Amino acid sequence: MIVDDSILKPEERAAFMLRSLYAAAGYRQYKMSKFEEYDLYAGNKDFLISDSIITFTDTNGKLMALKPDVTLSIIRNTKDEPGRTQKVYYDENVYRISRGTRRFQEIKQSGLECIGDIGTDELREVIVLAAQSLKKLSPSCILDISHLGILQALLDELGVKPEIEKAVLRGAARKNISEIEAICREADADKQAAEALMKVAALYGRPEDVLFELEQILAGSKAGCALDEFRSILESLSETPAADILRIDFSVVSDMRYYNGVVFKGFIDGIPGSILSGGQYDGMMRRMDRDAGAIGFAVYLDMLELLGERRGPDV
Amino acid sequence: MSEMLSIALPKGRLGEKVYAMFEKAGYECPAVMEGGRRLIFENPEKGVRYFWVKPSDVAIYVERGAADIGVAGKDILLEYEPDIYELLDLGVGKCRMAIAAKKGFVDDPSRTLRVATKFANITAGYYAKKGRDIDIIHLNGSIELAPILGLSSVICDIVETGNTLRENDLEVIEEVVPISARLIANRAAYKFRYEKIMELTSAVGAQKEN
Repeated sequence: MIVDDSILKPEERAAFMLRSLYAAAGYRQYKMSKFEEYDLYAGNKDFLISDSIITFTDTNGKLMALKPDVTLSIIRNTKDEPGRTQKVYYDENVYRISRGTRRFQEIKQSGLECIGDIGTDELREVIVLAAQSLKKLSPSCILDISHLGILQALLDELGVKPEIEKAVLRGAARKNISEIEAICREADADKQAAEALMKVAALYGRPEDVLFELEQILAGSKAGCALDEFRSILESLSETPAADILRIDFSVVSDMRYYNGVVFKGFIDGIPGSILSGGQYDGMMRRMDRDAGAIGFAVYLDMLELLGERRGPDV
Repeated sequence: MSEMLSIALPKGRLGEKVYAMFEKAGYECPAVMEGGRRLIFENPEKGVRYFWVKPSDVAIYVERGAADIGVAGKDILLEYEPDIYELLDLGVGKCRMAIAAKKGFVDDPSRTLRVATKFANITAGYYAKKGRDIDIIHLNGSIELAPILGLSSVICDIVETGNTLRENDLEVIEEVVPISARLIANRAAYKFRYEKIMELTSAVGAQKEN
C-alpha cells in the first residue's frame, strides 16, 4: 500500500521517520496499554515532567492512571539479563498538564530506551540516534550534552548543605553565574570548587573547542574520573553523525536522584524549548530494584507544531 | 528566521535606562526613543531589533522565543520562574522585595497571617520556608491600601525609596530578596545565535556601573 505522505501532519510524518530510524538500528517497538496501575507512577512522581496524573477506578476497584510517561512502564516490563541489552522504541500518546493552560493535554511522544549492560558502545549508539532524530526533524539542530558526574563531584567539593547544592544547580541550569557566586559566598562554600562550578556553568561550545578548557578548569578537582568518562564518550562520537551538532553545555541538569552520567537535550532552530531530552538513568533503575544500567531519550513531537507553516521536517 | 537579534525591553523608566546601556555598548537604534506609535525598531546595520513590552511580559516573550533576549526584573523572574537563561545582572533598577506593615504591627503567630501582594509565588515561597501559615490576597495594584483598610495584615511588595510606605504610615518589617534588572535569553536562541548573544552580553556587561 502506498500512502500519499502529503496528507500527513508534520508530527505524524516525523513519528514515521523516527520509527523507521529506530527499527533500522535494531530496536523493537514497545506498545504500552493506555492504562497502567497508578502505583507505578505514584512512587516516582519527580521522574515525570508534570506530577499530575489522570486517574480513574477500574471495575475491580483498582486505581488506574492514563499513562503520563512511557519510560517507567518500559523499565517495569523488561527483565535483568546479565550480558544482554534490551533495545526498544515507542511512539505513544501521553497525558500531561500543559504549562500554558494548566489543563491536561494529549502529547505525541517518540523515543527509545536501551536497558542492560551499558558501555561506551551503547552510549554512543543512543546519542547518535538522538542526533539523527534531530537531523530528521530539521537541518538546523543542536544536541547539548553534559555529564552529571562532573557536576556532582564539584557540588560535593563545595561542602554545603543539600538545599544549597540544589540552589547552585538551579543557577547552573539557568547559566546564572552571578547567582552561583552569591549563593556560594553566602554559604561559605569551598572557593576553588565554586570558581570551577561558575566556569563550568558558563562553558558552551563544540567539544573540540571547549574540552581542553574544561580539562583546565577541572584540573585538581575530584571530577577527574567523571571527566575521563565524558572525554571517552565525546571521543567515541567524534566521527559520527552527532559530531557536527554536539555542544558541551552544563545547563543540562536532570534530576540527580534518577539520572547520572551523560545527559543531553536537543534543540531545533525555530522552536523555543528543547524538543528532545534524555540521558543515563541508572538511579531510576535502582529505585525500581533493578541492577541494570539504562539510557534513553524522548522526542516531544507536539512541539513540531510550533514550527508552523514556516518549516516542516524535510523528507 | 532572520539573523537579527530580537530584544524585548520593558516599557518605562527602567527600559530607557537599559536601552542607554545597549546604546553605549554599540547597539544603538535611534528610532527607539522617538516615541510615537511604532512598536518595533530595527537597526539592520547593528543586527538588532528592539520592541517595548509591558515589563511583566518580557519573560514570556523570551521564554516563548518571540524575543531572543530581553531585560526583566528579578521580581518577575522569581514570580513566574520562566525557563530561560539568566546571563547578566545589569545592576540597574535596584530595589528590594520586602514585607511591610502598619507601624507598630506585631505578628500574632497563633493566627493565619493575611498577606496582600502582586507576587503570590514569591510570598508563598518565602513564608513556606519560615513555616508560617498565611493567606494570600492577590491584588494588581495599590497594595499599600490593603493593611490600611484591614484587607490584610501585611503586604509583600517592591520597595524602592520607601516614600510611599512612609506617607501611608507603613514600614518594612522584613526583607525578602534584593531585586535588579537581568539580561535574559531564550534557551534555543542562545544556542543558534550564540556568538551574537555573547558579544552583546559582554559589551553590555562592560557598561555596568559599579
